[in-house]
Amino acid sequence: MPIATHNGTPVWRQRTSRQSLAIWAGWLALVALFVFCWQVMTKDTIWAFVQDAPRQAADIGSRMVPPRWSYIEKLLVPLWDTLNIATLGTLLGIVFAIPVAFLAARNTTPSVWLVRPIALFIIVASRSINSLIWALLLVSIIGPGLLAGVIAIGLRSIGFVAKLMYEAIEEIDGKQVEAVQATGASASQVIDYAIVPQILPTFFGVAVFRWDINIRESTILGLVGAGGIGLQLQASLNVLAWPQVTMIFIVILATVVVSEWVSAKVRHAII
Amino acid sequence: MNATGRTWRRPPILIKDRRWRIGIYAGLLAYLVAAAASIEIDWLRVYQGLERGWRFIEGFLRPDFTSRWNDISHGLIESLTMTVTSTVVGVIISVPIGIGAARNLAPLPVYAVCRSIIALSRALQEIIIAILFVAMFGFGPFAGFLTLSFATIGFLAKLLAEDIEDIDSSQVEAVRATGASWWQLVNYAVQPQVMPRLIGLSLYRFDINFRESAVIGIVGAGGIGATLNTAIDRYEFDSAGAILLIIIVIVMVAEYGSSTVRKWVQ
Repeated sequence: MPIATHNGTPVWRQRTSRQSLAIWAGWLALVALFVFCWQVMTKDTIWAFVQDAPRQAADIGSRMVPPRWSYIEKLLVPLWDTLNIATLGTLLGIVFAIPVAFLAARNTTPSVWLVRPIALFIIVASRSINSLIWALLLVSIIGPGLLAGVIAIGLRSIGFVAKLMYEAIEEIDGKQVEAVQATGASASQVIDYAIVPQILPTFFGVAVFRWDINIRESTILGLVGAGGIGLQLQASLNVLAWPQVTMIFIVILATVVVSEWVSAKVRHAII
Repeated sequence: MNATGRTWRRPPILIKDRRWRIGIYAGLLAYLVAAAASIEIDWLRVYQGLERGWRFIEGFLRPDFTSRWNDISHGLIESLTMTVTSTVVGVIISVPIGIGAARNLAPLPVYAVCRSIIALSRALQEIIIAILFVAMFGFGPFAGFLTLSFATIGFLAKLLAEDIEDIDSSQVEAVRATGASWWQLVNYAVQPQVMPRLIGLSLYRFDINFRESAVIGIVGAGGIGATLNTAIDRYEFDSAGAILLIIIVIVMVAEYGSSTVRKWVQ
C-alpha cells in the first residue's frame, strides 16, 4: 500500500507517486490534444456569428411557435411512406444479413481464411457508413424516390443485423449441434434443426430493434431526396417556413416515441 | 412411423394458436403488399442509373485519393478535430448530469431535471439538432461540434446513470460509515466502480461521433460529410469512393483501438 510520510507520520495514499505521475501525464496529454484540436477546428469560425447565436435562437424560436397544426394533413402520406421505407428496408437488410451472418460466424463459415474476412468486411463497410450517406449515393445513382430510401436503409441494416446474428451463432450450445449431427443430418439440416431454433429469439429481437432504429433514420432520408417525411422537412426549411418545421419535428418525435414503445413491447413479448 | 399412422410435425415458430397465426400472417402480408405497392419505381431511370452505379463501384475499386486531396484532407481534419473536442466536452458535461440522473446519489428534483435533459437529447436526432445549430451558429465545424457534444450528453449520461445505479452498495455504505462527505463518497466509493466503464463508453462514443461527423456535414455542419456531398453531387465517384474508404478504415482503426483499450482498462 502506498504510504507517504508527512511531518514524520505515515499517511495513506491511493497511488504510488509513479502511478500518479503517469496518470497526471495522461491527463496532460489529453488536455493538450483537446486544446490543439480546438485551435484547428475554430480556425475558420466566425465568432460574430457565435456571439449572435442567442439572438438567432430567440428569433427562430419565436418563428417556430405556434406550430402550423393544419399542416398535418399533408404529412400523413409522407409518414406512411416513411414507415414503408423503414419496414421494407429492414426486410431487405435481413434477407442479405442472414447469409452474411452464417458466413461470418466461426462455427458455420465454409472457410475461416477466405470467406470469413470478406463477410466481416461487408459488415464493417455497411456499419461504418450511415444510411444518409447511402441514400445520398443511391439518389444520384437510381434517382430520387422511395426505392433509394429502401435500399439505403437495407444496406445500412445488413451490417448491424449480421454482426449481432453472427455473434449469437458463435455462442450457440454445441451439444445440440452434435446431437443433430449424430442422427445423420446433412449440413443444411443441422442449420435448420440445431442452429436456427437457438438463435431465433435473438433474431427477432435484433430485427425489431433495427426496425425501430430504421424508423428513426428514415424520417430524415428525405433531406437528400430519398422520400418520406424528410422531403417535406427539406421543402419547409428551404422556404424558411418555421411553423411547418415545428409541426414536422412534432410528428417525427411522436413517430419515434411510438415505434420505440412498440419495439420494446414486442421484444419483451418475444424474449 | 407409418405403422402408427402418425408423423412428427415441427411445431410453429412463434404463435401457437392456429387462428391467430393465420390472421397475423395474413395481416402482415396485406401490409407488405400495400407497402410495396406504394413504391413507384421508374424503371427507365433505374436503367439509366445502372451505368452510374457501375461507375461508383469502379470508383470504389479504384479510388482517387490525389485529385481532390486538398478538400479531402481539409474535411478529414475538420471531422477528426470535431470528434475529439465534442467527445471531450460531451464527456465533461455528461458526468455531472449522469451523477444527477442516478437515483441512489441525487435527490428527486435534481434527478428529474437531469433525466429530462437526457430524454431531450436522446429524442432528437443528430441531423435535426445539426439543422437547428447551423441555423443559429452559421455553417462550419463549430455547429457540428455543438451537435455532437449535445448528442454525446444524452448517450453517455444515460448509460453512466444506469451504471451508477447498478453499483455495489456495500462499498458505498462502507465509505459512508467512515464519515465521508458526499464528495468523498462519489470519489472513493462510486468513481472506482464506474471508471472502467466510463472510459469504455467514452471511447465507444468517440467512434459514434466520428461516424456521425461524416453525416452532419450534409446539412452544413462541417467535416468530411460536406466534402463527400460535393463529390457525389459532381458525380466524382472515384473521389467519393476514396472518402468512403477513408471513413471505413478510420472507423475500423477506432473500433479496434477502443476494444484494445477497453480490455486493458477492465
